[in-house]
Parts: sequence; structure tokens; C-alpha cells
Amino acid sequence: MDEATQAEAVREAVRACTERIEEERSYLTDLDSAIGDADHGANMTRGFSAAADRVEGLESDDPAELVKAVGMALLSEVGGASGPLYGGSIVAASGELEDGITAETSVAFAEAYLEKLKERGKASIGDKTMVDALVPAVHTYKKSIEVDGLAPVEALGKAVDAAERGVAFTVPIRASRGRASYLGWRSVGHQDPGATSTLLLLETLLSVASERLDGEVEVDAEAEGKPAESDTEAVEVED
Amino acid sequence: MVGIVIVSHSEKAAEGIMEVATEMGGDARIEAVGGTEDGRIGTSPEPISRAIADAADGNGVVVLVDLGSAVMNAEIAIEEAELEEEVVLADAPVMEGALNAVVAAGAPNATVESVRMAAEDAQRVKKFG
Repeated sequence: MDEATQAEAVREAVRACTERIEEERSYLTDLDSAIGDADHGANMTRGFSAAADRVEGLESDDPAELVKAVGMALLSEVGGASGPLYGGSIVAASGELEDGITAETSVAFAEAYLEKLKERGKASIGDKTMVDALVPAVHTYKKSIEVDGLAPVEALGKAVDAAERGVAFTVPIRASRGRASYLGWRSVGHQDPGATSTLLLLETLLSVASERLDGEVEVDAEAEGKPAESDTEAVEVED
Repeated sequence: MVGIVIVSHSEKAAEGIMEVATEMGGDARIEAVGGTEDGRIGTSPEPISRAIADAADGNGVVVLVDLGSAVMNAEIAIEEAELEEEVVLADAPVMEGALNAVVAAGAPNATVESVRMAAEDAQRVKKFG
């Protein structure tokens, strides 16, 4: 897959994520009202809208540069903890895509993203944060590609299932990081907003990846003999 | 003089804390930064970077933060600061820490480390008893 095709895939993924976040704005706000400061929907909408504008306006076909621009926009514009968490992790991981987007670099991106997220948020599994959705997603994605030899789009499908279970896991546990931790035991029984937005973005990327792959299977088969489009979307998983 | 930066989710809170702390040292190099650039509650890294640069005069800067995104965005601003001098985050309650920091920065032999330690001493402040 050439650089321009990868860049178009990244742009499409960013547009789709922006639309999905806008659609789910009040759902995210409701979740955050229950155990936080009720700004997750608004903050994410603002961040992704800025990211979409920046990516559209950027005259570059370098996927690493486009992905980095998404992270920079989220860092500057979100305003809440999701800014440094999503934005900072995307910026940190974007360097893994310097040689283009492949199954291998997408796994490296996912791992680098997860590492930065945990370092910046100082959160671990079981703290009732986005880490609870992301660890199962990243581990499943890596295992599906490196051990099971699945195509990236199939691996991404399994990662989405894993993230969904991670989100469900946040419901019955007590928050020990983030704003919800101020509620102590009253946080139990509520779904974590950050884990939820992580899942929404993964679902969106899977849907974009599946559609692009369906439409371009012949091109991929001719050009490289592997499902290159899905690689691109899988990388964007960690948005 | 060691500079001090106060970061809060609220611009009013940051400026209010600066007002109270400045009473303890009128010549302190102190900057307040709060809220997002479009006036919402929250923080973002760029205004924190600018406040650090404004507070810096070659003797280092100690940054005090409230919570959540303020901590993380201050970390990012510090990591990206292109200054020769030392910039550190103090793990302290922001109001009491700012008071301690202003007092410590006024000492003749103050260093970034002495100001940070004074700010962090505020973790032990008791309001009564």
C-alpha cells in the first residue's frame, strides 16, 4: 500500500471517529455525570473536531505525521484528562509509523500507546480507567497477529471484543484513579467514561477498516498480496 | 529568584491562590494559569508552557498543580520546556504548597530543590490539632 493510500485511510478514520464521538456526546456526558465532572462528551467532541480540521488541513501524505497531528490537536484542545491521555499517547506512539503502516508497525504503535498511557495516567488494570479497556485490546491484537497469524482487520475485531469485556469489567469495581476515585465506593456500579470512549473509537476503526478492506480486496491482492488497508486502520486503533 | 507557577482547572482559583500566596512575598516571581484557552474548566499544556517561560529568570521554576489533567499537562509542559534551567513539579496541595513555596523562594539561598521541598512540606499541614 502506497503512502497516499495510507494517508487517505488515516484521514477517513479520523473523520469517522469524529462523527462517532459527536453522536455519542450525550452518552459520554451521562456516564461522566454519574462518576466524574460531566465533561467527557464535550471535551472529546471538541478534541476530535479540532483533530479532524487539522488532519484535513495538513498537506502531507505521511501517515506518521497525520497521526501525530491528531495527538497534538487532542493535547491542545480537549482540556480534561483525556487530552494528555489520548493525545500524549498518540503523539508518543506515532513515531512507530515512520516507515509506514504495516501489521508489524501497528502492533508496535499499539504497545507504545499503551505504555505511554499507563505511564502518564499512572493507572493499572483494575483502577476503573481507560486502561481496563485498552490492555485487553492491545494484548489481544498483538497475540492475534503475532501468535495466531490473523489478518489485522480480524485481529482488530478480536481486540474490539476484548475491549468490550474490559468496559464491562469497569462497572462492578471501585475507581482508584481519575476523578471517579473521589467518589470512593459510590463509583461502584457505574461504567467508566474513558474506557467507554476507548471502545467507541475501536469499534469505529474496525468499521472503517472492514469497509475499506471489502472495497479494495482486489487492489490489495494485486499490489501486495496482503490486506494492507486493514493495517492502517488497526494502527489507528489506539486513537 | 526561583519562579513559581500555579496551575488549576479554574482560572479564578489559580489567580486567587496567587493573590493569597503573594501576600507572603511581594517580590515573588509567580504566574497563575487556569482553565482552557477558550475559557472552560480544565487545563492545556501550551498556557502552562508560557507561564513557565514567564516565571523563569535563570534560577529554575517550581510548578504547583491541582489535580488530574493539571498534573499531566504540567508534566508535558515541563518535558517540552526548552529552558536551560531546572523546572520541577511539586507534589503538594496547591494552596498551602504555593504559600510555602513563596516563602521559601524569598530565602537568600533558595534553590529549586529547597522551594520544591518547602512546597511538599505542605502535605503535612494540619488545620487544627
